[in-house]
Amino acid sequence: MERLHWVQHRCRHLLDGDSGRGWYSAPNGLPNKNFSETHGSPQRVNGKRRTVFARHGPHQQDYEAVSRNYKGNAIRTTKYSLLTFLPMNLFQQFHRAANLYFLFLALLNWVPVVEAFQKEITMIPLVVVLTVIAIKDALEDYRRYLFDKKVNNNVVRVLCGKQKAYVQRCWKDVQVGDFVRLSSNEIIPADMLLLYSSDPRGVCYIQTSNLDGETNLKQRQVVSDLPFQGAELTLENFKSRIECENPNNDLSRFRGYMEHPNGVRVGLHNSNLLLRSCTVRNTETVVGIVVYAGHETKSMMNNSGPRYKRSQLEKRLNTDVLWCVLLLIVMCLTAAVGHGLWMKNLKDPIFQVDGETSPALAGFYVFWTMIIVLQVLIPISLYVSIEIVKLGQIYFIHNDLALYNEQLDSRIQCRALNITEDLGRIQYLFSDKTGTLTENKMVFRRCSIFGIEYPHEENARRLEVYEAERNEAERNEASGRSVTLKSGCSGKSLSCRSLSCNRSSVSLHTLTNEAEEEEDQLTDHIQRRTSAFCSRVAREVVPDPELVRKLSWLCSPGLTLSDGSFRTPSSLELTYITDFFLALAMCNSVVVSSPGQPRHMVPEARGTPLKSLEEIKLLFQRFSFSPFSTLSPPQIRGSPHSFTSRLFASRKTGSFTFPTPPDSTADRSEPGPENHLEASNLTPELDLPSREDEGAGQAEERVDDITEYAQLSPEERDLTREVDSDDELLYEAESPDEAALVHAAQAYRCTLRGRSAESLLVDLPGIGSLAVKLLHILPFDSNRKRMSVVIRHPLSGQVVVYTKGADSVIMDLTEAPKGAEQAQEIYGHIREQTQKHLDSYARDGLRTLCIAKKVLEEEEYEVWLKRQLLAESSIENREELLLESAQRLETGLTLLGTTGILDRLQEEVPETIEALQRAGIKVWVLTGDKKETAINIAYACKLLRANDQLLTASCGSKEACVALLHELRLEVQRGEDSHTEAGNHGKSSSDSGASFVLVIDGRTLDWALQEELKNDFLELSCRCRAVICCRSTPLQKSRVVRLIRDQLGVMTLAVGDGANDVSMIQVADVGVGISGQEGMQAVMSSDFAVSRFKHLSKLLLVHGRWCYSRLANMILYFFYKNVMYVNLLFWYQFFCGFSGSVMTNSWVLIFFNLLFTSVPPLIYGVLDRDTPADTLMELPELYRDTQTSKVYVPFMFWITVLDAFYQSLVCFFVPYFAYAGSDAGDLSLGSPINASALFIILLHQVIESHTVTWIHALVLGFSAGLYFGFVLLFSLICVTCSPPTNPLGVETLQMSQPLFYIVCALTTVMALLPRLLFRALHNTLHSTAAQTDNADSEKYRRKMQRWNLKHSRDSRVPVCVDNPGLEPNTASVMS
Amino acid sequence: MMATSYSAKDEDGQITVSGGGGGSLRSRKPENTAFKQQRLPAWQPILTAGTVLPAFFIIGLIFIPIGIGLYVTSNNIKEFEIDYTGVDTSSPCFNCSQSFSWNSSRPCTCTIPFYLEQPYEGNVYMYYGLSNFYQNHRRYVKSRDDSQLHGDMDSLLEPSKECEPYAKHDNKPIAPCGAIANSMFNDTLELFFNDPNGTKVQIPLANTGIAWFTDKYVKFKNPGGDNANLTAVFQGTTKPVNWRKPVYELDKNTSNNGFINEDFIVWMRTAALPTFRKLYRTIKDSKMVPTLPRGNYTLEVVYNYPVRSFEGRKRMILSTISWMGGKNPFLGIAYLTVGSVCFFLGVVLLVVHHKCGNRNNSADISN
Repeated sequence: MERLHWVQHRCRHLLDGDSGRGWYSAPNGLPNKNFSETHGSPQRVNGKRRTVFARHGPHQQDYEAVSRNYKGNAIRTTKYSLLTFLPMNLFQQFHRAANLYFLFLALLNWVPVVEAFQKEITMIPLVVVLTVIAIKDALEDYRRYLFDKKVNNNVVRVLCGKQKAYVQRCWKDVQVGDFVRLSSNEIIPADMLLLYSSDPRGVCYIQTSNLDGETNLKQRQVVSDLPFQGAELTLENFKSRIECENPNNDLSRFRGYMEHPNGVRVGLHNSNLLLRSCTVRNTETVVGIVVYAGHETKSMMNNSGPRYKRSQLEKRLNTDVLWCVLLLIVMCLTAAVGHGLWMKNLKDPIFQVDGETSPALAGFYVFWTMIIVLQVLIPISLYVSIEIVKLGQIYFIHNDLALYNEQLDSRIQCRALNITEDLGRIQYLFSDKTGTLTENKMVFRRCSIFGIEYPHEENARRLEVYEAERNEAERNEASGRSVTLKSGCSGKSLSCRSLSCNRSSVSLHTLTNEAEEEEDQLTDHIQRRTSAFCSRVAREVVPDPELVRKLSWLCSPGLTLSDGSFRTPSSLELTYITDFFLALAMCNSVVVSSPGQPRHMVPEARGTPLKSLEEIKLLFQRFSFSPFSTLSPPQIRGSPHSFTSRLFASRKTGSFTFPTPPDSTADRSEPGPENHLEASNLTPELDLPSREDEGAGQAEERVDDITEYAQLSPEERDLTREVDSDDELLYEAESPDEAALVHAAQAYRCTLRGRSAESLLVDLPGIGSLAVKLLHILPFDSNRKRMSVVIRHPLSGQVVVYTKGADSVIMDLTEAPKGAEQAQEIYGHIREQTQKHLDSYARDGLRTLCIAKKVLEEEEYEVWLKRQLLAESSIENREELLLESAQRLETGLTLLGTTGILDRLQEEVPETIEALQRAGIKVWVLTGDKKETAINIAYACKLLRANDQLLTASCGSKEACVALLHELRLEVQRGEDSHTEAGNHGKSSSDSGASFVLVIDGRTLDWALQEELKNDFLELSCRCRAVICCRSTPLQKSRVVRLIRDQLGVMTLAVGDGANDVSMIQVADVGVGISGQEGMQAVMSSDFAVSRFKHLSKLLLVHGRWCYSRLANMILYFFYKNVMYVNLLFWYQFFCGFSGSVMTNSWVLIFFNLLFTSVPPLIYGVLDRDTPADTLMELPELYRDTQTSKVYVPFMFWITVLDAFYQSLVCFFVPYFAYAGSDAGDLSLGSPINASALFIILLHQVIESHTVTWIHALVLGFSAGLYFGFVLLFSLICVTCSPPTNPLGVETLQMSQPLFYIVCALTTVMALLPRLLFRALHNTLHSTAAQTDNADSEKYRRKMQRWNLKHSRDSRVPVCVDNPGLEPNTASVMS
Repeated sequence: MMATSYSAKDEDGQITVSGGGGGSLRSRKPENTAFKQQRLPAWQPILTAGTVLPAFFIIGLIFIPIGIGLYVTSNNIKEFEIDYTGVDTSSPCFNCSQSFSWNSSRPCTCTIPFYLEQPYEGNVYMYYGLSNFYQNHRRYVKSRDDSQLHGDMDSLLEPSKECEPYAKHDNKPIAPCGAIANSMFNDTLELFFNDPNGTKVQIPLANTGIAWFTDKYVKFKNPGGDNANLTAVFQGTTKPVNWRKPVYELDKNTSNNGFINEDFIVWMRTAALPTFRKLYRTIKDSKMVPTLPRGNYTLEVVYNYPVRSFEGRKRMILSTISWMGGKNPFLGIAYLTVGSVCFFLGVVLLVVHHKCGNRNNSADISN
């Protein structure tokens, strides 16, 4: 199907020249594009429901009735079958304007009065094009067929009706309503409702990497309240009816209910659904009932083909094609009129075949004949050639070593096949910050709790050392030794290379055999991703001694509750600290696993001795005055659900000895960071202080605990025994921030040990393992900018909400507690201090998160719970209700503290940005981070330089915004004036001087983007060297990109790595996804996916420029070639009464374009290097040539056409004069004309080429050889063929005569002389870009620098082409 | 002459990294070959004044001698042309040209005297020339049947419809069919040397050896193979409308009769341009030395071919030929001109190179 769309799309842009920009078809009309923008929005299935019964089950009739129209699980992604291939393929191909044009010509030639050639000959181009594309389509389809076959024949165990057992079946035989049993690591064959999991908690983990590229495990839940248990799940038992929505493509939504025979309805939602092509992990057996099969599964419905964007160049090209059409019509009209006049002046000549035709009619016929004769003028083959060339270019981009990431073993992915040359014209680059400029490997750096800052200086030092080490490693790598930084968690098995979801995105790529590889790459690369989350540097947080000391008070026996002492922390502070770390450990969605064991089977409890819990409980209770608990006695026994309270209650007051506060403070900091790093990464020092105390005395107690507090399955209980076998916990987090925080908490021995659906297992320093009942998780979303967990506090037993989120949000939600003045005062102080710390963190470029807490009273909780459950179970408006419910909970929070997470810059980011800026690309950073953070990162990556003038736009109202923009503009104006003055006074203006950088925040941006203000904003931003938009939402990002793109008419590139960048990536002319840490959504929507930001410089500066200049030159060459050749035929019309005669054999005429001169331009378009890569990298300024499209401008087009006219004149008239009056036949005249045209065309290319490799030479030689071979052979064997231009003997005779060569030599030299002269003079007088010899690149570089110096002043003026409202100062840029 | 440079061919060989530990994961690392990394050794034609000017000089140096050679050769060719259309009333053929019909039974003859100022040596070729005759008209060019001319019996009796409207006449197939054949040149030219002693010597004109070898022996064949009885072979066909006699009576000589008549073959090779000449006869075995001595000649024309209607002209041309064909001063002049221009441009480039190139060079050296 996508071919069809593409074809339509091509049609459209052939026909209407320039339609909307950035237009591309989302094949199959899938809203893949806005999928990520609007989660859960498509409401296309309202009212329609799907009912599912068990197949072979008790409701057999019902099943038959409802399931008749449900698709089976067999998939067929092929477009054709053997029978339908020919008609369908032809039908689809004739949607292309080019093919229609050919068809039209072929048909036209069948009209006798206008017939120009033999009837068959005009069919040749058409047949050739159709055949080539049909073969390609057939190959693609065959590949798809094989793939489908493979997928369809995968085996799965399905419950069989007769045998009452699970039997092996092929995927294709699975039907809706089948029960399917899967084991771990099996791939899910269809969308199924999870009915049974071997996991006692009824969960099952799936990996969705085939679907969305995310490797972290997703938890799926057995449908709740099933009347039967998993073991007894048989057909007879399953009498329920499932109602769910009709198949749709929204991966994140599934709604429905299951109605049991007794009328009870159970809500079904997304977490009950196992999606096709995901992989079952860590769960021994699951059983599900198929609800959607085959093409109706969500993954299949989400398949989308490659993206087809229209490149800018192609739009220009289309206008030039239109010019060619115009030229063609003019030429044909000339011929028609000429023929009419000529006819009119004739009186009964003997050579007139049909004298009765009136001159006007004859002229009309000639018009059409000429259209056939001159058809080559429309470079139809150009479109096919461009595609082939782009494939070649992509092949080289794909194979570039510099764009290969050794660590991830990933190459660049080129997802859009047809916008390579746009890479060479980028003028604005919009970059995300996190994960794009930075590593997105979050490292806990420092924190502030209770208003007290813990600078973690050791930690800082450690990070520096790491940096140094990494640099070292890079140097090593550079020097050739292959050093692989083995990431700490690489032990994770990569074993199961799972079957990737069948992407029908077969493109032209198929021919290059790369597509498969790419797909693999996608899945493979992702599997490495998770390990990156727990990289060594992220895990090994060195705790702050002060904080450790304070924390150790918690464990110390002499726990004094006296406030105010300097050395001892106040108890209030202590609870803050404890809560803070608990929040860090628990308020997340991290999945824990240890390398030796499957993920979820982490020991449920550790055998560490429990401390005197009572005492600690006491501590928490003592602070009943404290802000969090206004209700004094924790309801230990009151809540029946309370695990923990039971746990606590059952404990006898044992006199446990407190272990002495460990000396590990010293121990930890003493072995320097170097040691840490050199030490084997598999043994982090996680030993709890109590290990030696793990005496026999406590063993009993421990077992007792375990048995008592949880009825664990036997094998799990076994597992709990092998505690301490290893301490390596693997955290798999959805976002790297979470991982960093969990690791930070772990460093303070507040370790997240395990997670199940209902409880969390957390180690607390000095206390040991605690099972915390997890009541709710309110997951993160970008609107709320926060996430919360609701737990029952392990110590106080209260219902506690821990919230963590962006400081702006949390700070607004926190409020001073009611109650004692003293408390309020303390709280105010904390808040103030925290804010101060937040600001300072941001200044340091740290990512800040605030941690807050709220204690819920039981009644309050009950009330909320009811609403929440209602929201959860509702089918309609579920999302809205959940949001509302979350918002109700997350109010009146108590601020605990804040964390500063360091996100280091990726390597070579400053260099890349500098290079891009030197290349004349304006770099904008669009980030959701705080202003200070953004500015700091901007400094770090040299986007901002020390002497830059920072313009900050941040205002609270629209009016203020108007004024502000105005003022800033004036300021810029003043600055520019003074700057130019300074420049005029002979000061060196070459260094950056004081340029302006605009920093604008989200709120101001909103106003600035409004209709009235956007011009002001544009003008301002145009004059700034860089713009930083902070606190911007995904929508704003895309709006900014759209504004710049549309208003300035410039080429934009957006680069990002996360889901929040998707809209921006899609809006920009070129979208680049960084396959980083945050899933693959950005990559999926991008045109190119790289793994590092630094790759952009090579991609743009080298490949972009190359692709652009290659393609532009090739297109010009194509126009030249066609105009030149066609004009030869046209000139002949002046000597044959405009009758439409040709002086060439018609086969040669057709093949001239199709065979003899078609390959060299392709080679030229793929292999030409106008400037060596090194030079381009060294001198990014060279990028400006292509950026301002110096190569392919209308001027160049007309120059080319003029040159072609000249050459054709020479090429025709030299032989004409040489043979004038002689006895030469028409073909004898055509022979030297054709031969010299071939020489001219080929040699012209040599002149235009910047490089000639042996491939060029070979192809040029081959082309010439092919021509001569063909015509000679033809003139030898073609006795009666090809009337009326029978070539028998012509060429052989001609080529045996010296005159032929004399004419050819003269013609060729004369035709190429001006071009050669022009090139030589141009290169000599403007000795700029072309003079790039490898040998003297150094010399050249210096020359260029001088040149830059000269031009820098002009070039700094922003390029505001196409916008008359803005400074029309652009002419100088072109210089 | 041009700067060439070879980038170092640093082919490190293929680096393959096999995934450690059993499962051999193929590394996705691109191969480090010169081709894939676009480092193929390349000749970079950097066209600057300095690099190009030798080319210009060389072209100049080559072209000028060739031009001189061509010019001299062309000048040595002797050519005589006489227009016998009979447009002027004074012209001997005026009467013939006025009264014309294709079917006139009485041939009109006119005699044109002329004087050759130079003796013609070696082989002399006699051409007839037509002007304003568009033999390259699209419809005209098509109007033939190559299979018929190749001797195909089926085509003989059923000519291709390309020949329309000259395919059939009176329901009989025309042989040879088509407009080209129909309009075949049918003047007869005879040449007499007026010996100073008063006798009128007819110059022997050979009517064979004027067509292309391939045409005569490959492309054109009489139907019926070696059957010498052409009358029988062409039984059931009719002559082209404008012809006076059928195709099998074109010549007495059976090897020059029917479709393989050389006059016919020459005519059938359509001329490229509206003003053209076609080889009519060769003068080889004249007993005179030189072939055509200086003196008075008489051209006797049996005037059949009408050209007045379309303002055409008819000429008779006598010419010797050289290795480069007939007389054509154009090539020589063109070569001389282009050669001189190249030389001149070479000088200009030299100046440019010294002015601009030196500036660059000195700048480089100063560093």
